[in-house]
Amino acid sequence: MAEQVPLVDYLALGDSPHLVANECTACGARFFDRRNACACCGKTAFTKTDITTVGEVRAFTIVTFAAPGVPVPYVAALIDCDGTSVRGNLINVEPDPEHVTLGMKVRLATQSIGTDDNGTEAIGFGFEPLGG
Amino acid sequence: MAEDVWILGIHMTKFGKHPTLDTVDLASEAVLGALADGGVTMKDMGVIGAGCLMGAGGGIGQMLQKQLGQTGIPVYNVANACATGATALRVAVMAVKSGEADMGLAFGVEKLSGAGLLSGGSRKDDSGTWSPSGRHGAVAPVDGRIGTEIMPGVFAQIGMEYGHRYGGTSFELFAKISEKNHAHSTLNPLAAYSKRMSLEEIMGDVMIAYPNTRPMCSANCDGAAAAVVVSGSKLKTLSLEQQRRAVKISASILTTDPWEEACQILPDVNTLTRNAATQAYEQAGVGPSDLDLVELHDCFATAELVHYDNLMLCERGGAVDFFNSGATWRDGTTPVNVSGGLESKGHPIAATGVANVWEVATHLRGEAGDRQIAGAKVGMTHVIGLGSACGIHILEKAA
Repeated sequence: MAEQVPLVDYLALGDSPHLVANECTACGARFFDRRNACACCGKTAFTKTDITTVGEVRAFTIVTFAAPGVPVPYVAALIDCDGTSVRGNLINVEPDPEHVTLGMKVRLATQSIGTDDNGTEAIGFGFEPLGG
Repeated sequence: MAEDVWILGIHMTKFGKHPTLDTVDLASEAVLGALADGGVTMKDMGVIGAGCLMGAGGGIGQMLQKQLGQTGIPVYNVANACATGATALRVAVMAVKSGEADMGLAFGVEKLSGAGLLSGGSRKDDSGTWSPSGRHGAVAPVDGRIGTEIMPGVFAQIGMEYGHRYGGTSFELFAKISEKNHAHSTLNPLAAYSKRMSLEEIMGDVMIAYPNTRPMCSANCDGAAAAVVVSGSKLKTLSLEQQRRAVKISASILTTDPWEEACQILPDVNTLTRNAATQAYEQAGVGPSDLDLVELHDCFATAELVHYDNLMLCERGGAVDFFNSGATWRDGTTPVNVSGGLESKGHPIAATGVANVWEVATHLRGEAGDRQIAGAKVGMTHVIGLGSACGIHILEKAA
């Protein structure tokens, strides 16, 4: 089996893929990017925290006009994962307002981004309807 | 005691396509217009705040000076996304308020005709080997793979989030907001687009990012706007006509977004706007009900709705009912974007935060012609630049 790498470093692969946030040890603020300090309280100590893989769609848009090379339509969304907000696409769902609704319950799912010249596969993530 | 600050002269160019004019030409037209309107010259200016977000190949302030007058005064070239124009004005206001200058110039200019998507308008190809880079260690571009970077999509989600929280939103509701602004622009000869559009035309147009169709997005165009500001004490030494036409800047506020959960996931345009509005009302000593007109940052139809609430023009959570009551049409209780707004007047980015001040000032002077809001005495301008920065000015008619 080809080697796999995550699309972004905050996606943990393996048997149960999930997102990992940097959590400020002082105030609990969570971030997905490499940190210099906490934007909320200014402290500099962080710990890794696993984010729950189920959530609720708090906002979405269906993008039908994008840069060349970006397949459309796609659904971009803001997911509330038990109090931690996550950005991601909604996948495995028809990209239209009849099938995508505010408040719908979703869970994290992975998908292949493609294989590079060395045979390494990049794995991305999105959110799919729960029970769908 | 800090000085009062007044607008002495102000001007905007026609927004639209200006293929034969470059940014310096457009800025010069706006600045010469503002100086003439104020009855002053470059020699009277003590400071310049200048903005041209998408770049003009150098400091736009000095490029302007090289055409209109190199007097050696300080120039502040500023960049604050779509709040760039308001930031330039704020620089001139701060200089005058502090007493460092008794007159200042602010201008913003942009050439954007045919620019297309400004953010997320291009995406790099995947490289031959996956190697992590950037703050998320991404091995490939993420726009379209992890949400969207395009502005119509970002602001679509901002409007949808409001709908999720409070209910009542729909594609049709957002389209009706756009219908209002396109109707308003029919009375504005300086608007880039002044054709009335029906609700059916707006909803049937090209979908960019649901629920924003093309006419529900701000219109890329060329344009410039400039303002001359003056201290209250200097104004008293000028002619009665200059004093009569001067417009008081009762509040000049700039905020950034305080950290909130989710603000680095989907930009929070609400908190910093509400904070700026709170400060502006307090500084000016007026309330939302005192406003005779508001020019707010309708970069997308979905954005206008949330700013009714953020600017406290309605009860919290009540933006849908407020709009549906007709309040924000030009014959309503709180006319919003009687210029046509960014969706129809156009949005040459750095010009916008000065052009909206021109719009309000022109009504307060009673010089707005066919689209005059009768008896206007107090007005507000609002811009927001993602990143984020929010600029608000409250203007009052001379007593």
